[in-house]
Amino acid sequence: MTARTLYDKLWDDHVVRAEQDGTALLYIDRHLVHEVTSPQAFEGLRLAGRKPWRTGSIVAVPDHNVPTTDRSQGITDPVAKIQVQTLDDNCKEFGLTEFDMSDIRQGIVHVIGPEQGATLPGMTVVCGDSHTSTHGAFGALAFGIGTSEVEHVLATQCLLQKKSKNMLVSVDGQVHEGITAKDIVLAIIGEIGTAGGTGYAIEFGGDAIRALSIEGRMTVCNMAIEAGARAGMVAVDDTTIDYVKGRPYAPEGETWEKAVAYWQTLVSDADARFDRVVRIDASTIKPQVTWGTSPEMVVAVDTCVPDPAAIDDAVKADGMRKALAYMGLQAGQAVHDIKVDKVFIGSCTNSRIEDLRAAAKVAEGRSVADNVKLAMVVPGSGLVKQQAESEGLDRIFIDAGFEWREPGCSMCLAMNADRLEPEERCASTSNRNFEGRQGQGGRTHLVSPAMAAAAAVHGHFVDVTEQG
Amino acid sequence: MQAFTQHRGIVAPMDRPNVDTDAIIPKQYLKSIKRSGFGPNAFDDWRYLDEGAPDIDNATRRINPDFILNQSPYDRSSILLARENFGCGSSREHAVWALTDFGFRAVIAPSFADIFFNNSFKNGLLPIVLDEKIVDAMFTVVAENPAVEFEIDLPAQTITAGSETYAFEVDEFRKHCMLNGLDDIALTLQHADDIKAYEQARQKTAPWLY
Ligand code: SF4
Repeated sequence: MTARTLYDKLWDDHVVRAEQDGTALLYIDRHLVHEVTSPQAFEGLRLAGRKPWRTGSIVAVPDHNVPTTDRSQGITDPVAKIQVQTLDDNCKEFGLTEFDMSDIRQGIVHVIGPEQGATLPGMTVVCGDSHTSTHGAFGALAFGIGTSEVEHVLATQCLLQKKSKNMLVSVDGQVHEGITAKDIVLAIIGEIGTAGGTGYAIEFGGDAIRALSIEGRMTVCNMAIEAGARAGMVAVDDTTIDYVKGRPYAPEGETWEKAVAYWQTLVSDADARFDRVVRIDASTIKPQVTWGTSPEMVVAVDTCVPDPAAIDDAVKADGMRKALAYMGLQAGQAVHDIKVDKVFIGSCTNSRIEDLRAAAKVAEGRSVADNVKLAMVVPGSGLVKQQAESEGLDRIFIDAGFEWREPGCSMCLAMNADRLEPEERCASTSNRNFEGRQGQGGRTHLVSPAMAAAAAVHGHFVDVTEQG
Repeated sequence: MQAFTQHRGIVAPMDRPNVDTDAIIPKQYLKSIKRSGFGPNAFDDWRYLDEGAPDIDNATRRINPDFILNQSPYDRSSILLARENFGCGSSREHAVWALTDFGFRAVIAPSFADIFFNNSFKNGLLPIVLDEKIVDAMFTVVAENPAVEFEIDLPAQTITAGSETYAFEVDEFRKHCMLNGLDDIALTLQHADDIKAYEQARQKTAPWLY
């Protein structure tokens, strides 16, 4: 048999039938559902008189619209309330598992899937959300889909897909002390660009990726979509298997042994061929800060905001000028000198326990700077929150002047009340710095949790590997 | 789904790369549980000077006169001419619904983000990928003759812009669905037996998945 990549193997194992032109009917093992992209799909199902093909494959949770402050009053926004209620109703009507707002297991869909063991190695995982790529950290084939495709998976358990090309991004060597998964992935996007991965499935490999925890790998795969790739993935190893063991949805006993034996094959063969290989020297990666309105507009914290005048490509230079104007920044300005108004630690990129620990380490014994109007920490799930509280992280944050919230997407996209006002500047651990993403006119700088906490206590960006 | 065969229409030039789905339809409108009604809020942050919300009447809002879709004849355009990586970001199909609801039938760009590209076909919005040089030439044609209409012929896979006609590629299966306005769920369900057979076989080799 010819040598295959991890992606090839995952693909081959899920093809139900292949058409002449290369389109395949691909079987979906796990379907994650949230309130924003599913109502129209359920409605379509009802209108056509169809039923979900396999209810056991579905796990649903409200996350985008839920309030992160006191929930005892329910949702006050009437439109958001209807949407969350619609999810509850649909789950009841079709008999689906849902972790509703009052459930301790509720949280961001990409945090709770892995936490419950609902995401397993070797699975195909889809969700009506582009950051479904997160689940690729487990050696799974995971990608975001639109609402029509959500309906298609509900009705048929399959998707019509064309295979992507294979890309390997190898981060070789070791990163320096204090450099996190977020810095690695931002550096990768800075290197290949936001469209660099379009048409590819990216496997992240190399020593620096191997050395990451599962949480770190999820952060990296989460942002594969920000590099244009629908799916990102990391090969299975002991780190993966140790994380999965004992989770509620994970297999047990004999089946566990059988599963592990299969999972261990989920690595690219030594001589597998990739259509594109990108190598990055881990030792060159510094803490990253985005300066513009696209994740590829990123620099190291100890440098300056770049100058469009130095760029030959006219379309690109124009895009940079627009971004600088929107962000209220000057070319050549030192990143250290950029002051922030708000700090957001959360989102499916960086709201897991490891992220909160890293931020708390920086915040401990310090206080939020006077010029920072709001610094908030939003855990990724009820269980992450509980764990953090048992470690006393909530006290560290609260004592330093951070707000400690209930789990949800929150200010990552500002669909609920958490948002930026026009021209407010935010250090954010989320994944998108698009115009208006965190509130109309808001200015987002993407950073790691430690960098966000450091910005909160200093009032501006600092190199956390130097200043702590 | 609305079928697509031939289409002729005014072409709105949107001369910026990486137009993301957050820009096409901002998040506050995603709270809707419907598929329609997004047109008046397509490109909302760029189209209006004040901030919108689902419960605000758009007729009362301040229009941004500099935004292309607010200018005649582009307020009647049905073809969008765009730059690379169009539709990047969020998977929200609401972006496609907003474009079709505005009246767009096709988007031309040198490249599209994958999820947006897929979503378009499911809703009768034809995404056409053309070489960057051709897209450049098209921007010039529109700049020189703002009211020019392009003509798209899906069966022939051609697009006529000014005096030139260009060929474009489209996946056979998708073309078939677009031409006939087919619901692909029904097509997939014709293979229900294959899906069941796959499940039975897989259940033996990977029982933990079931
Ligand atoms: S945290 Fe942000 S990126 Fe993640 S699922 Fe929620 S809205 Fe999307």
